[in-house]
Amino acid sequence: MKIRVLIAKPGLDGHDRGAKVVARALRDAGMEVIYTGIRQTPEQIASAAVQEGVDFVGLSCLSGAHNHLFPKVARLLQEKGAGDVVVFAGGIIPASDVPRLKKAGIREIFPPGASTDSIADWVSRTAERLKARKKAA
Amino acid sequence: MRVIKKKLGRWERGPLKKSLSKLSERKARFETDSGIELKRLYTPLDSARKDDYLRRVGFPGEPPFTRGVQPTMYRGRLWTMRQYAGFATAEETNRRYRYLLEHGQTGLSVAFDLPTQIGYDSDHPLAQGEVGKVGVAVSTLRDAETLFKGIPLGKVSTSMTINATAPILLAMYAAVAEGQGVKTNVLQGTVQNDILKEYVARGTYIYPPKESMRLVTDVFAFCRKTMPRFNPISISGYHIREAGATAVQEVAFTLANGIAYVEAARRAGLDMDDFASRLSFFFNAHSNFLEEIAKFRAARRLWARIMCDRFKAKRPESCMLRFHAQTAGCTLTAQQPDNNVVRVAYQALAAVLGGAQSLHTNSRDEALALPTEESVRIALRTQQIIAYESGVADTIDPLAGSYSVEALTDEIEAKASAYLAKIDKMGGAVAAIEAGYMQAEIAESAYRHQLQVQNREKVVVGVNEFQAEEQPPRLLRIRADVERRQRKALAAFRRSRRAGRAKTALSRVNRAASREDNVVFAISDAVKCGATLGEISDALREVFGEHKER
Amino acid sequence: MMKEPLARKIVRGDVQAAARLMRDLDDGVLSAAGALRELHARSGHAHVIGITGPPGSGKSTLAGALVDVARKKGLSVGVVAVDPTSPISGGAVLGDRIRMQRHAADKAVFIRSLATRGSVGGLSRAVFDTVTVMDAMGKDIVFIETAGIGQEGVKVAGAAHTLLAVCAPGMGDDIQALKAGVLEIADIFVANKRDREGSDELVRDLRSALGPKKSPEGWERPVIKTDALTGKGVGELAELIARHKKFLSKTRAWQKRSKSMAESAFMELLECGIRERVGEKLAKEKPWVRLLEDLGNRRTDPRSAARRALGKMFK
Repeated sequence: MKIRVLIAKPGLDGHDRGAKVVARALRDAGMEVIYTGIRQTPEQIASAAVQEGVDFVGLSCLSGAHNHLFPKVARLLQEKGAGDVVVFAGGIIPASDVPRLKKAGIREIFPPGASTDSIADWVSRTAERLKARKKAA
Repeated sequence: MRVIKKKLGRWERGPLKKSLSKLSERKARFETDSGIELKRLYTPLDSARKDDYLRRVGFPGEPPFTRGVQPTMYRGRLWTMRQYAGFATAEETNRRYRYLLEHGQTGLSVAFDLPTQIGYDSDHPLAQGEVGKVGVAVSTLRDAETLFKGIPLGKVSTSMTINATAPILLAMYAAVAEGQGVKTNVLQGTVQNDILKEYVARGTYIYPPKESMRLVTDVFAFCRKTMPRFNPISISGYHIREAGATAVQEVAFTLANGIAYVEAARRAGLDMDDFASRLSFFFNAHSNFLEEIAKFRAARRLWARIMCDRFKAKRPESCMLRFHAQTAGCTLTAQQPDNNVVRVAYQALAAVLGGAQSLHTNSRDEALALPTEESVRIALRTQQIIAYESGVADTIDPLAGSYSVEALTDEIEAKASAYLAKIDKMGGAVAAIEAGYMQAEIAESAYRHQLQVQNREKVVVGVNEFQAEEQPPRLLRIRADVERRQRKALAAFRRSRRAGRAKTALSRVNRAASREDNVVFAISDAVKCGATLGEISDALREVFGEHKER
Repeated sequence: MMKEPLARKIVRGDVQAAARLMRDLDDGVLSAAGALRELHARSGHAHVIGITGPPGSGKSTLAGALVDVARKKGLSVGVVAVDPTSPISGGAVLGDRIRMQRHAADKAVFIRSLATRGSVGGLSRAVFDTVTVMDAMGKDIVFIETAGIGQEGVKVAGAAHTLLAVCAPGMGDDIQALKAGVLEIADIFVANKRDREGSDELVRDLRSALGPKKSPEGWERPVIKTDALTGKGVGELAELIARHKKFLSKTRAWQKRSKSMAESAFMELLECGIRERVGEKLAKEKPWVRLLEDLGNRRTDPRSAARRALGKMFK
């Protein structure tokens, strides 16, 4: 079973180097990655995530607007009945913002310098754990 | 030469071989990011055939400008120390500008927030969460006035990093100057106004490429007429490099875009020798010390050839590549931030040895946030120490004649030329961008770099090697109520202005855009009539449409 | 009355349910079969339009532009965008959505990206089923956009009522880039990027290659110029597509096509299933393993070996 991931850039930030590198790394790890491009609204991202039936949503933001945008995406996913989609994030996110983001539904945040291997590993392991949990249920 | 060759062979077979048998070298091959091999040793043999000092290296201030664009370079005047700054509201930014000027900065560089760059007022729904974050929020002429309060625009040159909304900010700047009683024809500075690189690497475009090019040339013409000492464009490679390009690609894609702008300006009926001398460039000052110095020299030589040979410019000023440099943001690490001070120092030194006209040095904490006052002061001091203590500014192009640097200069020029030929074949920069060619090349280099870092082929001190336990540093926090204050200010502004006047002015912008008129003059009127940045941008959106990413 | 709860939800337009079923179908989950059967019984109304052509011809942009036009007409639309799976990693970057993301928040548009997942011929095995789900949801139009490689031009013809062949000037071999077979079977030829140099020559080459021949059903196969980025010509293209649908309905070719679409999907899935089963046998069952050994040792040749295998399967 292939893991499907949506990589998206919410807000106005146009720096997509990291998002593209992560997308490619996840593909090289055997996953199917849908990349939405830049300048996405939380609504566009959540909608796409639902339509594409993804397991994960990865958000990238370097402009500092993450506290506003990321929780919105998590909330919209819940509202659309896709609350089981796991949201992770990266970009310029100060450590002090991480607890609040996690509380808002962002499962993991990868700081600048995080290796794509670590991200791919985390996604695989998390997917395994969720599958096992579903089987047990 | 033959003697040198013989003796080199003897050295390789003798002492070198002996040394290698005892201790092999750290790597089988040493390469720069551009894939250029750094040889063990460079000798006169490396520039033997091409050694034509007068033709290829020459003198500063003369074509091909390899050694620099002014005859006295830093002996006459040091580079401008121009720290990019801006955050939150105009008030707070104005305070930072005055701090920097007090501490010896010699020119202003304005960072705008994303809504301002993308043509949204601070109260637009898409601006939510973004107001004042990556730069200062400017939605109205009043904001611009506050931004430059107490700063004599007649005496301080200002660089504005603004592209899609460059016409609007330029108009505001001119209006603020007029308000200070300064004549626009003495104003000095730059608007970045390089929309092509936005499609390639930065993403703050609004309108589609063709329409955007028209705005670029309108700005050229407006500056020519009203602000002849202002640089109407800063053709940028910095962001292309930040997006993952190699040094060679940085030069190639930037100059390709430059060629496209020159052609567009000519098509718009501008006289080449009129605008060409006002073209300026913006490059990245990256980590590989020798490659970077060579890169700047190669870029100058290549552009001189392009302007003189290809475009047949008549004045030597038209062939000069003047550039601003910024140390590489992408090399800053969140881990052990003080290390960044050292990185920036070497990168800045490379830019100076490469002959930059102006320089921004990054602050140590910029991998995590906008810089604190203390961090930005250290960054400024870095430049001052190079300028006043290191001695490198006291002679021109000191690394000329270095066998390695001249060889690298030649190689970068050759490789960049190959790229330019390829892009020409595709139909030029705009075609290459629409085909996604530049973007694909850059993404490829970016990915390769990432793999090399992860494989430890490339060491990043503090990140994949030499790590340490650390405490998070003190960071700048933007006041949380910036957005709310901006919204309030906007509401007050809209109430205080004469809505009818603004509306009429906006319809004139719309009309100018639909016709062949220079839009910037209409925008200038609109700004003075109280139209906001968002409103003017929307008027243009109506005519030009919006660009969709591909 | 539908028995399967998932099918019931989907018919009522539940996007989440549809997406979940599509996922199960793509992954080959057996429990999806029941819902699919019910939905298939309900489908057959959507106009399925295939879009094929070499990479870089502008297929995604064109699909996005056609969605614009359809929405303006008040039609509801589905898009199935196929991209190749990397044979090395088994993963894929599904990037067509970028050019259509402006429709993401439009409730009447459903875009689904599929990877080929190693399917021979370049089209995903799940395409037909995904289209069926969208059809049953009530979509008026469903676009299938191919990856632009291999034989999928011909494959997608088997999955669609109307096939668009898209090319653009300056792509090297121009109409040669339209893979073999597409020239014979496509219904409408789109010369995209019409403002580029070479557009007129491209149209001329297409017209001369097509000649005066009509399709077997008697449809005159038009060549049209478009610029998908600006939308120029896309309205006219949409008209042509609608006209083709009318033509098919009038000549009863619609039902014939629908039937052959189902048959193509059936054959496709059958082939895949047989390949899988045979693969399993070759890996585990002694007589099959021995067959492969004989082949390797030149004790038998491929043709004879295949005949023996078929004999085993179809006693």
